[in-house]
Amino acid sequence: MNRILSVGRFIGLSALMLAPGAVFAAGALEGEIQQQPTNWTAIGMFGFFVVATLFITKWAAAKTKSAADFYTGGGGITGFQNGLAIAGDYMSAASFLGISAAVMTNGYDGLIYSIGFLVGWPILTFLMAERLRNLGKFTFADVAAFRFAQTPVRMFAALSTLVVVAFYLIAQMVGAGQLIKLLFGLEYLYAVIIVGALMMVYVLFGGMTATTWVQIIKACLLLGGASFMAFMVMSHFGFSFEGLFAKSVEVKSAIATSDGKTPEEAAAAGLSIMGPGKFVKDPISAISFGMALMFGTAGLPHILMRFFTVPSAKEARKSVMWATVWIGYFYLLTFIIGFGAIVFVLTNPDFLEIKDGVTGLVGGSNMAAIHLAKAVGGNVFLGFISAVAFATILAVVAGLTLSGASAVSHDLYSTVFKKGQADSASELKVSRITTLALGVVAVILGIAFEKQNIAFMVSLAFAIAASANFPVLFLSLLWKGMTTRGAVIGGLLGLTASVVLTVLSPSVWEATLGHEKGTAPFPYTSPALFSMTLAFFAIWFFSITDKSRRAEQDKAGYLAQQVRSETGIGASAASSH
Amino acid sequence: MDDSMLQRIANSPSYKTLRTKRLKFGWMLTIAMLVVYYGFITLIAFRKDVLATPMGEGVMTWGIPVGFGVIVFTIVVTAIYVLRANSEYDDLTEKVRREALK
Repeated sequence: MNRILSVGRFIGLSALMLAPGAVFAAGALEGEIQQQPTNWTAIGMFGFFVVATLFITKWAAAKTKSAADFYTGGGGITGFQNGLAIAGDYMSAASFLGISAAVMTNGYDGLIYSIGFLVGWPILTFLMAERLRNLGKFTFADVAAFRFAQTPVRMFAALSTLVVVAFYLIAQMVGAGQLIKLLFGLEYLYAVIIVGALMMVYVLFGGMTATTWVQIIKACLLLGGASFMAFMVMSHFGFSFEGLFAKSVEVKSAIATSDGKTPEEAAAAGLSIMGPGKFVKDPISAISFGMALMFGTAGLPHILMRFFTVPSAKEARKSVMWATVWIGYFYLLTFIIGFGAIVFVLTNPDFLEIKDGVTGLVGGSNMAAIHLAKAVGGNVFLGFISAVAFATILAVVAGLTLSGASAVSHDLYSTVFKKGQADSASELKVSRITTLALGVVAVILGIAFEKQNIAFMVSLAFAIAASANFPVLFLSLLWKGMTTRGAVIGGLLGLTASVVLTVLSPSVWEATLGHEKGTAPFPYTSPALFSMTLAFFAIWFFSITDKSRRAEQDKAGYLAQQVRSETGIGASAASSH
Repeated sequence: MDDSMLQRIANSPSYKTLRTKRLKFGWMLTIAMLVVYYGFITLIAFRKDVLATPMGEGVMTWGIPVGFGVIVFTIVVTAIYVLRANSEYDDLTEKVRREALK
């Protein structure tokens, strides 16, 4: 089941958080993903979505003339729209299917994950959002390198962006292939190629404008669909949470009884979904994991890039506010959907199958929300939700590719290679070539990693973002004493430490590399507590001991950066860079 | 922005007020958020039973309102900051800009 569940960021982390297989063992929904019968309603709906988004891409292509249009959609996106797009980037298919499945299996623990993903947003809002907008143009490296020597800091930022994007992209591609196999009954290979090809079309021709609108439409469809499901579930219980929970506990107890548990054990098993279960292995893992989620959010390049698509700091703040509202609302919905799945899916023999003597969901536990869609809305709604899940992956992949392409064309080509002398046309050409290359690489990696447990890649993306991008960005904004040397050494150490510690942690060392259980050199589930601390310490140490002439310049530049970041005087107008 | 203008802005009383006020408020809310979230995580790490305690006769536990509460709290603090920044702090920023460009 780890493989099915690891379709994206959330489950990747959850699988890491728990000793492999531990928590979800309750449902015993392990196993290979079987291909489902071809679902024509779903394919039809998805086809409709694709046609509609291609029209948008055509419209966006006419507006995408310069590099600025390509990176930021010309800066003409409002705070509300951008908020929806950010929420869309964040509400991946994994959050939707993964969290509702986790709630169905473990109840309350599912809620703990959702909360972890939400709490990074206020920190980003309070300390960073408007400064990012006032200092940056196209990429977060614009901000991180603002007062430092451009070449080394940009190279570091481009490297860590590409690493984060690569791990995230692999996870999404593999997840897409597996999901499509489940939802539409298509071959894995075709699924990966379809996702890669469509994503390239959106990004190549429509740039940020098309990517944003695809993301907005998808966010609306997903929020609408999830709201409908939650409404149907709640209306069945006269909108009483007590009624929904009581019935869920009853169902879980009945399942435990049929598994041969004594009445006392069955009652306890039923009630266990109402409180925290095995989510936390040890306090250090809990805190470390919490840090990766909280601060990783503030270091994800494709999220940070969205702050440059709005015209002002005011709109940037509005975007995070709306993003937080929609994401929070969405997680409340998935909680209700998960409990709804206990009541309507786990009790319906149509959705259950017995494999190796254990009862599980048809298609694996990740299908909880999909089966519930059928239970509350029939076949057409089932097709709708399946199509939305696919669209979700497509949109997230497009956003990731765009941020990878910008790192190459804007940070490496234009700033490092051409020393800022590249004209907009050639920069745009480089971004498009990079998009093509990334698309091909994504498809190849998606095929190469098909059989791989991708859980650790997603968690790695979050841990790297929290350990490399976040400390550099955060300190460059708020600490005058930081120097080029501190930024580069600290950032690289954070990056290396997070990768190495993840490889040495149980989920990779034992689960992926096949070493014996209990032999992992790094016993905790997330490296963030250690790698992030190391990055902060190294930035501090290598900055205060830096006596070079460059260091003087770096510190002298702080006042100008501070004033611009706080007042917006001199900030890029976004529409005409 | 040239050097003399930079110094003028940096030394202006309006800019100093804006800076102190906003930084203080931003950090205050950040700390509040950290306390609430890590408080929740600590409770889960050390005292799971508290959240699993039933509220009344039924199956509803304290964990549900507490968990929902953390989500609502997150949304509310974000909104409070944004609303204040988009009115009060933006007015102050506008004042700093006007003084600087005059």
